Amino acid sequence: MPPPLDLLPPLLSGLAVTAGLTVGGTIVAAVAAFTAGLAQLSRRWYLRIISIVYIDLFRGTSALVQLFWAYFALPMLGVELSAMATGIWVLGLNIGAYGAEVVRGAIQAVPQEQREAAIALNFTPRQTLWRIIIPQAIPAMLPPFGNLLIELLKSTALVSMITLSELTFQGQMLRASTLRSAEIFALVLVLYFLLAQIIAFIIRRLERKFAVGR
Amino acid sequence: MVFDWQYALDILPDLLRGFWVTIQATFWGMTAALILGLAWAILRRSAIRIMATITAWVVEFIRSTPLLVQLYFLFFVLPEFGVTLSPFLTGVVGLGLHYSTYTSEVYRAGIEGVPEGQWEAAIALNMSRFHIWKAIILPQAIPPVIPALGNYLIAMFKDTPLLAAITVMELLQTAKLSGAETFRYLEPLTLVGLLFLVISLLSSRLIRKLEARFAQT
Repeated sequence: MPPPLDLLPPLLSGLAVTAGLTVGGTIVAAVAAFTAGLAQLSRRWYLRIISIVYIDLFRGTSALVQLFWAYFALPMLGVELSAMATGIWVLGLNIGAYGAEVVRGAIQAVPQEQREAAIALNFTPRQTLWRIIIPQAIPAMLPPFGNLLIELLKSTALVSMITLSELTFQGQMLRASTLRSAEIFALVLVLYFLLAQIIAFIIRRLERKFAVGR
Repeated sequence: MVFDWQYALDILPDLLRGFWVTIQATFWGMTAALILGLAWAILRRSAIRIMATITAWVVEFIRSTPLLVQLYFLFFVLPEFGVTLSPFLTGVVGLGLHYSTYTSEVYRAGIEGVPEGQWEAAIALNMSRFHIWKAIILPQAIPPVIPALGNYLIAMFKDTPLLAAITVMELLQTAKLSGAETFRYLEPLTLVGLLFLVISLLSSRLIRKLEARFAQT
């Protein structure tokens, strides 16, 4: 292969790890965002307190500091996780804290009349939430979720600092052995850019799908 | 293993020195981001079509790639071209460049919020393009977006630990070194987290106040 494409094969194995981190992180983030977002609107005060503490804790500190804490400090408290598991959990919970605010905002933006109509039709609170409120709130959530997913993808680079051999780490290793810094990092940046464009494309497709019938 | 308060107290002065570097990096990085972001936003409205398109792509590219890789790029590649900056300066350039793409979006929203009639009136009065920007558009575009810019100041503050990767002795790097010396990471890293938490929570409250003030006028 012509340079700099000869550098591509070793980077691609890192790209696979990056993709795995992003997918795993997305699942954790989605569950955390919905759980904490709904808990914030709960009538039970302790659920609201727990979700606010979670959101403030993860939004108030730095993602890299959270990763370091989970990887180096948590084992001293008796919890030991692999670098991959640390990455998925910490980044997922981090982005989930931002996503919780998106969920809360979108649910609050659904007109009050929808709730009243559901009560009038004798829907249970659970049915109202899952059949009436959430389906209407999802279109408003999609664009900010797309931005958060790209933030998640970018933050997977941080996991290289706790020695997981994802794309950035592979780039660093390759630099150490070939010293072709400019080509390597340019290629790494382009690969991240392409992944981000894929995410943006998927979100646009979903937006179009949910826009049908409106 | 429990939290060792004496050790935590011993390393606090070192950590505070690192914290001061973090604050300086945030200040200079934000200054760069505010200036460069405005430049991007104005270039995107350039009358020369190709200029506007190229700017849009550059901003999109920087925005959707990781700051960490950009820092590595600056740190390892610039010296190959004869540009040798200190780690701190490299970090400030990286932070400024990355966040300028976010601030440019904020400026853009502000600029688009200025009614089209203002442009037309200024052109009718035969004002120069430079003068229109300076005297008519920016004074109306910027005040409403100050709170949004403030949010990116907090976001940048939380991203400064990345400078540890290019050997800047900021807060996280200082904590890592104390941890490496004593094999105790719990205390230094917990203190780092607490310092960030306190500053972030205080400043987000401040920004909420700012938002309320700008909403009134």
